[in-house]
Amino acid sequence: MTTPILEVRDLKVEYSTAAGPAEAVSGVSFDLAPGEFLAIVGESGCGKSTLLFSIAQLLTYPAETVGGSVKFDGVDLTTLSAEELRQRRWRDISVVMQSAMNALNPTLSIAAQLADACRAHTDWDDDKIAHRSAEVLNMVSIDVTHLKSFPFQLSGGMRQRAMIAMALLLEPKLIIMDEPTSALDVVAQRSLMRQVENLRRELGFAVLFVTHDMSVVSHFSDRLAVMYAGEIVELGPTREVFDRPRHPYSSGLMDAFPSIVGEMKELTGIAGNPPSLVNPPSGCLFAPRCQFATDECRQFRPELITVDGLAVRCHLVNPRVAK
Amino acid sequence: MTDAVLKVDKLSRFFRVGGFRSAGTLHATDEVSFEVAPGEIVALVGESGSGKSTIARVLAGLYPPTSGTITFEGEVQGKRTSRKVRGRMPMVFQDPFGSINPVLRVGHSLHRSLKLHRPELDQAGRDAEAVALVERVGLLPGAEVLRRYPHELSGGQRQRLGFAQALASRPSLILADEPVSMLDVSIRIGLLNVMKGLRDQEHVSLLYITHDLASARYVADRMIVLYAGRIVEEGTTEEVIAHPEHPYTRLLMATAPDPRLPLSHDTDVEDLGEPPKVINPGPGCRFAPRCPLAMDQCRISTPALVSLSATKRVACYAVEQS
Repeated sequence: MTTPILEVRDLKVEYSTAAGPAEAVSGVSFDLAPGEFLAIVGESGCGKSTLLFSIAQLLTYPAETVGGSVKFDGVDLTTLSAEELRQRRWRDISVVMQSAMNALNPTLSIAAQLADACRAHTDWDDDKIAHRSAEVLNMVSIDVTHLKSFPFQLSGGMRQRAMIAMALLLEPKLIIMDEPTSALDVVAQRSLMRQVENLRRELGFAVLFVTHDMSVVSHFSDRLAVMYAGEIVELGPTREVFDRPRHPYSSGLMDAFPSIVGEMKELTGIAGNPPSLVNPPSGCLFAPRCQFATDECRQFRPELITVDGLAVRCHLVNPRVAK
Repeated sequence: MTDAVLKVDKLSRFFRVGGFRSAGTLHATDEVSFEVAPGEIVALVGESGSGKSTIARVLAGLYPPTSGTITFEGEVQGKRTSRKVRGRMPMVFQDPFGSINPVLRVGHSLHRSLKLHRPELDQAGRDAEAVALVERVGLLPGAEVLRRYPHELSGGQRQRLGFAQALASRPSLILADEPVSMLDVSIRIGLLNVMKGLRDQEHVSLLYITHDLASARYVADRMIVLYAGRIVEEGTTEEVIAHPEHPYTRLLMATAPDPRLPLSHDTDVEDLGEPPKVINPGPGCRFAPRCPLAMDQCRISTPALVSLSATKRVACYAVEQS
């Protein structure tokens, strides 16, 4: 494997709450290769967005990164000053937020917002900025005339594509996307995903993509990480995880949504709710909802164990060796 | 189907848009006709802007139709719907966070509906009925849930509460406007099962409005596909899913995200089009600009819904010809 562009090691994020610190991300580790598309899926509250924000060093109070490291191109982002981070943002890492409706400034034209980003991060002159702005809009199939448009004049899908155009301005090596498709219709969703996929092939940036709807990424991501209660419970090649989910939670998620192909069958979803993150249970965090849970599961927290490129955090898959 | 619960005939709702000089008319819903039978779930499927929510809102009496008639339980509805009709045909909204009063306990709003729509019940009867209602939609234990505030409930629980509230007035038809689209995927299925349960056990009809074909297939008996304010295809769920005829239905099918489909599946559709804003529309099929099968005729006149079988109707010249 080539040197990873992003190495996340044992990352821990806590929210301070009235009841004490809640560990929203507890000891997450993974690597991201250059040009790789990694999807992170999980229910709301599983810590997936917090994880992204922590990687991008965008957390604000009451959330705080309390441990671990995020190495980007060999540099640990958690140790950098605000100014050093500012220099890397947009140039190396850019972020596409969930709701394009709120992330774009409603009072500025698209051109002005693109120019803003360029001026903050480069010393380009106006001609160069105009040229590059037109170029990135073209990349996402938005007509150049929309440079003069304001966000309200664009449809939801176009706004989200404009956000991606903005993220592409300085050719970053990594684009972090937080549910960019969740506000879109299925048709717009699919065309946005295809566009991201084509651009990634063309420009070679890596993508870290968070979503609660794993079906969205099923045809696009290289690897898939399933998060539950702040931990990665399964991580492997997307197709492998979909076809043969090992962890009971992943297979539960797979059975939680209806399909347009094949036999109609009754679905049940996963009963119960995620555990409290303030005082998590001592054993496997999924045990209370798991139909296969044993006494061992309720007592000991399983480790994330990797076998043949597929990591699973489950006693049933990786039996515990008595120490 | 003479005893339909709801019969909608050539329902249109237009909105005036634009300024003083550039006024136009937005045809949100244009001559839509369909029926809902007792104990049937009908899915209205379409993208945003297809007019599906407008239909629900007109039916709920949130705004009057521009033209067309609505016959509910055999009675033609006037300009304003009565409280009785609103109780028999309540609506469940998309946003479970915005549709429940946050400062009142869960039980309060249920009691209010019961007071309004079930005057025969006394205090004790209302208490018992409220508990039965929330337990009916899977909120257990009912008595405790009623004492909570909305913020103590998760999104899925709130949406269940929405259905409990709709049930309070003993409806014959529930208008469900994207009831699961704001919920997590893992929670959606529970709510879809609640909807199926209401149909099977309470014999309530549902008009399920969604953009998600897979969930429509899971719950609905019949499916109506809308595009830009018009019905383009209608049929039993399995008919539409197994043999989509209209090019737009096919596009929807091809773009539905589904991990169970093979990887190679999405190579043939390249579509960056969007549904048009139907302001002052001329004649012609509204899907023609995006349609791979569009012919000259499609741009000149509007295709009517043509019956292909006892249950299936399609509005497309290309399908008619083949």
